[in-house]
Amino acid sequence: MAETLTNADVECVFERPHALIDRPHHYCPGCSHGIYHRLVAEMLDEFGLTDHTVGICPVGCSVLAYDYFVVDMIEASHGRAPAVATGVKRALPDAFVFTYQGDGDLASIGMSETVHAAARGENITVFFVNNGIYGMTGGQMAPTTLPGQKTTTSPKGREVGGMGHPIDMCKLLQSLPGVAFLARVPLSAPKHLKTARKYMRKAVQAQLEKKGFAMVEVLAACPVQWHMEPMAALRHVDENVAKVFPPGVFVDRVSAGSEERPAAGGGDGGVVRTETERQ
Amino acid sequence: MSDTRRLVKGNEALAIGAVHGGCECFFGYPITPQNEVPELLSSLMPAHGRVFLQAESEVASINMIYGAAAAGKRAMSSSSSPGISLMMEGLSYIAGAELPCVLINVMRGGPGLGNIAASQSDYFQATKGGGHGDYRCICLAPWNVQEMYEHTRIAFDLADRYRVPVFVLADAVLGSMMEPADIPEQPPPIQPIEKPWATVGLNGRSKHNIVNSLYLEPEVLSDHNEKLQVCYRKITAQEQRFDTRLTEDAEYLLVAYGISARVAYSAAKLARAEGIRVGLFRPVTCWPYPSEALRKIMSRAKGTLVFELSAGQMLEDARLAAPGDHPVAFFGKMGGVLPTPAQVADEIRKFVEGLHG
Repeated sequence: MAETLTNADVECVFERPHALIDRPHHYCPGCSHGIYHRLVAEMLDEFGLTDHTVGICPVGCSVLAYDYFVVDMIEASHGRAPAVATGVKRALPDAFVFTYQGDGDLASIGMSETVHAAARGENITVFFVNNGIYGMTGGQMAPTTLPGQKTTTSPKGREVGGMGHPIDMCKLLQSLPGVAFLARVPLSAPKHLKTARKYMRKAVQAQLEKKGFAMVEVLAACPVQWHMEPMAALRHVDENVAKVFPPGVFVDRVSAGSEERPAAGGGDGGVVRTETERQ
Repeated sequence: MSDTRRLVKGNEALAIGAVHGGCECFFGYPITPQNEVPELLSSLMPAHGRVFLQAESEVASINMIYGAAAAGKRAMSSSSSPGISLMMEGLSYIAGAELPCVLINVMRGGPGLGNIAASQSDYFQATKGGGHGDYRCICLAPWNVQEMYEHTRIAFDLADRYRVPVFVLADAVLGSMMEPADIPEQPPPIQPIEKPWATVGLNGRSKHNIVNSLYLEPEVLSDHNEKLQVCYRKITAQEQRFDTRLTEDAEYLLVAYGISARVAYSAAKLARAEGIRVGLFRPVTCWPYPSEALRKIMSRAKGTLVFELSAGQMLEDARLAAPGDHPVAFFGKMGGVLPTPAQVADEIRKFVEGLHG
């Protein structure tokens, strides 16, 4: 007769982050948003931030993200999340404020808000999803669309001569002294998720230490609008997208050691009250 | 002479009104003719422990307001016509998300870059939309420096009470002119309004708050719009404000708001010296428009002349208020031209002669 196991006998090794609501996502099969949502939620759990967080999700595929996080959420107009986040953070300096933005939002219509929030060293954390296409509106050319890439508005492929070059946001923001942390990572394989977590911890820590603007750009797959199988889309990220947008750390003014997983419970709720001067 | 009396510029009175109204966050971008507002607030706000930030654009300003208002703070911006146009998308989101805020428009001449002289050609934008969707903003129209202070101060209460954006619709003359006004050193106490809907972090709350204007299901968006309309009807019933001068025995009416009403009042006195019994009806709220009060006064008069610094925008609301066959004529100047009282008095005379022609 088999032994009966109770919950007390079983160690939980993997579970949904508490900051993520138990609800099916609307994202397409193979889309990277689900993974990135989970990573953001992991950060909120790890740092004990769920009670003090305001998240901002502007127009794009992730416009409904307010339905997926347990924290207070604001839906913003297209491109304006960094301005909205500025308003929230200035109003509530002790809140943890993050934006979650796509490439059309952050690098095209919202370029001004992105650059100026970074220039001011606004104490916000930006989670940037670069999949090189407008997914929500049906696959049009984005500011980060690769040269030669076919989209519904560049049916013969992106001609850099007339349609412009893809914009490397990490390189573009790198020169600004207000930026505390800036890094890029592909979300194309499990091994990269460890790196993503490391960068995201830094991007959270930058805000908690009041060091300024922090952004993590993930290279994400959009198999549906790329017209690729999910696995092929992931290979495309590694083999082509990451060539144009090289992963790595571009700016790091955050304290050493902060990429490590913080102590369980998140200490004082993640609200760091000591002023640390920017280097 | 009271100790609160001081000689003050309209834009400065407005800035003090913002502080006294409990404004907690100011976001703005420079534009003439309202620059004294952010210039003064850049000192006053930090001195009161409040937020002042010069934004990179009006588009950013209005979205910073969206964030601060969502966080439960009293937030405002000040701008002038082209800058207000840039804010219209954000204003629509603010209205859709039922957020309170205060917007100052020190109007200048348009369309386009126009000029920096006084104009009233943004009436449609302030009272009938401007941004997309079925929304309304309460719109206060000061006519002197005293009201620049008062209207800005009370705008925050109105915004919080109804969870709507409130416009203070001024113009280049009101902003730049100096005159005596009663402004107390200490503002009257503010009655804080609970904002359980604000996105401030859970802080122990079990369900998250969402600030949003997206409703994908048509029935749900329809219900949301109905809810907004209920609020707008309530405002229409409760917040119509107006001022009357010399109307007791008036045979003819002048209808004007803001700086035009100042000129019109002087013109009415000039006309009366010639024996023409003219009174002034001044809408203090341009939305909700004081239609019923105007209709009552019109019904006792032989005719109405509407005077505005535009091609005839408020005129439409006056005509909608007019009883059946009540004659409503118009005199307006555009492009920043401000007629003298004598010129308006001439128009009154012509109008009266025309009626009895």
